[in-house]
Amino acid sequence: MTAALTISNLRKFYDNGHEALKGIDLKVETGDFFALLGRNGAGKSTAIGIISSLINKTAGIVRVFDADIDKDFARAKSYIGIVPQEMNFSVFETPLQIVMNQAGYYGIPRKQAMQRANRCLDQLGLADKKQVSSRSLSGGMKRRLMVARALVNEPRLLILDEPTAGVDIDVRRTMWEFLSDINQRGTTIILTTHYLEEAENLCRNIAIIEDGELVENTSTKKLLSQLQQETYVLDLAEPLERLPESLSSAPDQYWNLIHNMTVEVSVPKTLGINLVFGVLTQHNIQVQSMRNKTNRLEQLFLEITNERRARQL
Amino acid sequence: MTLQQQWVALATILRKEVTRFMRIWQQTLFPPVITTSLYFIIFGNLIGPRIGEMDGHSYMEFIVPGLILMSVITSSYANVSSSLFSAKFQRSIEELQVSPVPDSIILLGYVGGGAIRGVLIGIMVTLTSLFFSQLTIHNFFVMTSVIVLTATLFSFGGFLNGMFAKKFDDVTIVPNFVLTPLTYLGGIFYSIKLLPDFWQAVSHINPILYMINAFRYGFLGITDIELGISYALICLFIVALFVLNLRLLNTGFGIRQ
Repeated sequence: MTAALTISNLRKFYDNGHEALKGIDLKVETGDFFALLGRNGAGKSTAIGIISSLINKTAGIVRVFDADIDKDFARAKSYIGIVPQEMNFSVFETPLQIVMNQAGYYGIPRKQAMQRANRCLDQLGLADKKQVSSRSLSGGMKRRLMVARALVNEPRLLILDEPTAGVDIDVRRTMWEFLSDINQRGTTIILTTHYLEEAENLCRNIAIIEDGELVENTSTKKLLSQLQQETYVLDLAEPLERLPESLSSAPDQYWNLIHNMTVEVSVPKTLGINLVFGVLTQHNIQVQSMRNKTNRLEQLFLEITNERRARQL
Repeated sequence: MTLQQQWVALATILRKEVTRFMRIWQQTLFPPVITTSLYFIIFGNLIGPRIGEMDGHSYMEFIVPGLILMSVITSSYANVSSSLFSAKFQRSIEELQVSPVPDSIILLGYVGGGAIRGVLIGIMVTLTSLFFSQLTIHNFFVMTSVIVLTATLFSFGGFLNGMFAKKFDDVTIVPNFVLTPLTYLGGIFYSIKLLPDFWQAVSHINPILYMINAFRYGFLGITDIELGISYALICLFIVALFVLNLRLLNTGFGIRQ
């Protein structure tokens, strides 16, 4: 099967001499839900800008399905839907006008454009807002409008640059469900995000860019399996003023009293959870509930990028 | 994109542009009518009778074509430069950049929008002039073709300005310091035959002189410049600006990093 996106030796020098991409290679398979992670300024948005033709590349090859962006840019663009990081629509137009115009730019006749625009706006929960000025929409609605606009040409590859930045939990959850749904129906999705639990929950594969270079490119499962430690959050049945001395000094275990009703403990995966409960029973500490710390990927991300930075110093 | 898809894209950009200037008609359509009405009253009705005839026509009749064309020039130019700059400023230009629509269609869409506004203003100002003067049309084809070509030419000019503009001031500098002086010195209010030889020769450098004279020929049948030269010059500028703008769009000048 043709890859949805193939990038070879992609480089970008900005006019100020900054090298934003230092020859990255990347392949995203058709149907994948792919996360592109990195700190601010790592090169994620530059890569996305080049794929979507908002930024000129300095060197390299970019193919979207069977179309090379240098040889058949129009066809490559017709495969893509893009949701940028920042608002980029005219606030004086209505959501319906914005989505219909976007359809028109893809050559979709007006009648069909109207049907598709209505459907996309309905799917994103903007049916009752489609005739109001976009200026009056909330931040979450504006984000959803940009997703609706990106979907109107029925793209095979949807690229989302931090689509849930600055939106409330409800909108984020709704967006996750929506994106999972369209991915299951066959749309390849590339996502950049700073919410690493978002990438962990949604994406099957993950690449990490650091300082213009790809430092990791693997499946989410493999990446998470690199974690040697498991961290649990324990809610206590009774308040605890301080951790017993022996816990604080236990080898291979890191105990932390978050507050008097919550304890966090990190243990090597090899030791397992029985050890934790054994220690707790020993100290007569009753646990009401327990959960895995969700941002495991965050921990790993920091390990990978910090390790690289330390090597460079 | 197929030809039909390109046509749909062009129609979409045109519709968007027309909707934009119609939405703010108080800023885009009304002011030129008020301004030219004041010109008609002050220069035509009040000062005109004291000046007498110009090339065998009343002063009011003489200045009407130039004033119409002045409105067409400023409106078509301002429409495209401000619309393009706003799209860059709000980053809504990215909607076009990420789509497969060819650069030539983007250019023609914006220019078409400017030309439509220019011609619309021309019609409105012409109708207004009927309150002040009896309008005679010597050659309808020349009149309409010059107004359409001039609106197109200055729309291309506005597009170029919009491409270079980095801040709002940049879209007002050229109209204020280049376009307005050239228009006033382009023979709206006088025949260049009144000027000394040296200044007559200097006036021939001004491209707007050729447009105003050709347009005046359409109304009154008089011109200081040969008609063929005027058409050739307008068409030459249109082609040159089309090529230049298209080249800038292709390279992403001012819109792609």
